[in-house]
Amino acid sequence: MAGQMQPPGVNPMIPQTYRVNKFIRETHDTFSLDVVPKGGTEPMVFQPGQFNMLYAFGVGEVPISISGPKPGTQGMIHTIRDVGVVTRALHHLKKGQTLGLRGPFGSSWPIEESKGQDVVIMAGGIGLAPLRPALYALLEQRDQYGEIVLLYGVRNPEDLLFTKEFETWRGKYGVQVKLTVDTADREWRGNVGVVNTLIQRVTFDPLNTVAMICGPEVMMRFAVSELKRYGVPEQQLYVTLERNLKCAVGFCGHCQFGPAFICKDGAVFRYDKVKPFFGIREI
Amino acid sequence: MKTLESILANHPFFANLKAEYLALVTGCASNVRFEAGQFIHRQDEEADSFYIIREGKVALEICPPGKKAITVQTVSDGEILGWAWLVPPYHWQFDAQAVELTRAIVLDGKCLRNKCGEDHTLGYELLSRLLPIIGQTMEATRLQLLDIYGVQR
Ligand SMILES: Cc1cc2nc3c(=O)[nH]c(=O)nc-3n(C[C@H](O)[C@H](O)[C@H](O)COP(=O)(O)OP(=O)(O)OC[C@H]3O[C@@H](n4cnc5c(N)ncnc54)[C@H](O)[C@@H]3O)c2cc1C
Repeated sequence: MAGQMQPPGVNPMIPQTYRVNKFIRETHDTFSLDVVPKGGTEPMVFQPGQFNMLYAFGVGEVPISISGPKPGTQGMIHTIRDVGVVTRALHHLKKGQTLGLRGPFGSSWPIEESKGQDVVIMAGGIGLAPLRPALYALLEQRDQYGEIVLLYGVRNPEDLLFTKEFETWRGKYGVQVKLTVDTADREWRGNVGVVNTLIQRVTFDPLNTVAMICGPEVMMRFAVSELKRYGVPEQQLYVTLERNLKCAVGFCGHCQFGPAFICKDGAVFRYDKVKPFFGIREI
Repeated sequence: MKTLESILANHPFFANLKAEYLALVTGCASNVRFEAGQFIHRQDEEADSFYIIREGKVALEICPPGKKAITVQTVSDGEILGWAWLVPPYHWQFDAQAVELTRAIVLDGKCLRNKCGEDHTLGYELLSRLLPIIGQTMEATRLQLLDIYGVQR
C-alpha cells in the first residue's frame, strides 16, 4: 500500500489550482468533478484508494476520494455526495471554474498484493467511488487475477452510480457484477436486500480471495463478518475508515484513530490491523 | 432427467440431509414454474406451500394502502421462499411475485407439518435449517431500517 505521493518540493498544505473540465451529474444528490491542473502541469500520479483535499474557494476544504480518470482519459475524477456546506459549494461549480486541490494522500487498495487471487469488491452507496480506480487497475491486467466480483448495494435504484459501466465490466472483462437495493418498486427487476446477501450468489475461492470493502461503517462490519463466515481470512480483508480529517498529512491529529492517523495510514486499512477499533463510535 | 429427490438433495437448503428424510420430504414435493410477473401468493392468503427456488427471482412485496407496491426482499437461485407454512395461523405476510421466469419445487406445507409432527428429528432438521435463514433475514431487515446509505446526521 502506498504512502504519500507528493512530488518533492511541493508543500502538501498549499492547494494547487485546478479547473473543472467536466461536471457529471450521477444521481439526484451525487455528482462527479473531472478536474485538470490549471496551466496544464503534469497529470497527477495516484494509487487507487487515495484521496485529495478539495477546496471550494472561500467556503472550505473536504477530503474526497479519487474515482478516476476513466481508462483513456486524463482528468482526475472525484465523485461527491452533496451533504453539507463544502460539498454543496462544489456541487455548484461549473465547467471552467476553479477549485483548490491538495493531494493525493493516504493508503491504497492492495492491487499488486492481490495478483494471482480472486478479488471481491464490496461497495455500499458512495463507497463505489474510491473502489472504481481499483477496478480499473485490476481490469487493466485482467489476466493476472482470478475471479473478479463486484457486489454493490444502495438505498434505491436511483442511487446506483456508474451504471453505464456495469455491462462493460460484465461482458468485456467477465466481472461478476451483482447489485442490490434496500427497497424498490416494481420497475426494478434486480435484487432487493442488503449487500451481504449477494455473497452467496457469486463464485470465488474464499481462502484465495482478497476483499476490498468500502461503504458506511455498519455495512462494512456486516460485510466483514459475512466474508469471514465464508472463510476469507482476516488478513485478506481491506476496509476504509473515513472519519473527519483536516490537514491530511498527520500533523493536526484530528483524525487519529487508535495508534493510526486515518489521513496518512488510511483511509484503506487491512482489517486485522484496525479490528480493535472498528465499530467504535467516535475516536 | 433429474428426479425431484436429486434436485432437492442438490439444493443448499437440504445439503447433507439424511437420505431417509430426503425421501420423506420428496413425498410432499412437486415441480412448479412461474412466468415473470406472475403472483406466487398474496398477503393474507393461506400459507400452505414452501418453495425451494431452483432458478429465477421472486420479489416479496408490501402494498401500503393507496401507494405503489414496495419490494422489500428478493430471493433467487438456491434460496427458499416462505416459512409462514410453519407458523400458525399459516397466512402469508407478503405478496410474492416472480420477477423473471422462476422454476421451483413446492413442498406441501400441511404434508410437511404432519411429517414433522410424526418425526420430531425431521422437524428439528428442518427448523435448524430454517432458523439461520430467519435470523439472517431479521439482521438484513435491521440494516435496511438503519438506512445505512442515508446521510448520517
Ligand atoms: C478519506 C476520506 C475520503 C472521502 N471520500 C469521499 C468521496 O469520495 N465522496 C464523498 O462524497 N465524500 C467523501 N468523503 C466524505 C466527505 O469528506 C464529507 O462528506 C465532507 O467532508 C462533508 O463536508 P461538508 O462541508 O459538505 O458537510 P458538513 O457541512 O461538514 O456536514 C454536513 C453533513 O455531512 C456529514 N458528514 C460530514 N463529514 C462526513 C464524513 N466524513 N462522512 C460522512 N458524513 C459526513 C455530517 O455529519 C453532516 O450531517 C470522504 C471522507 C474521507 C475522510
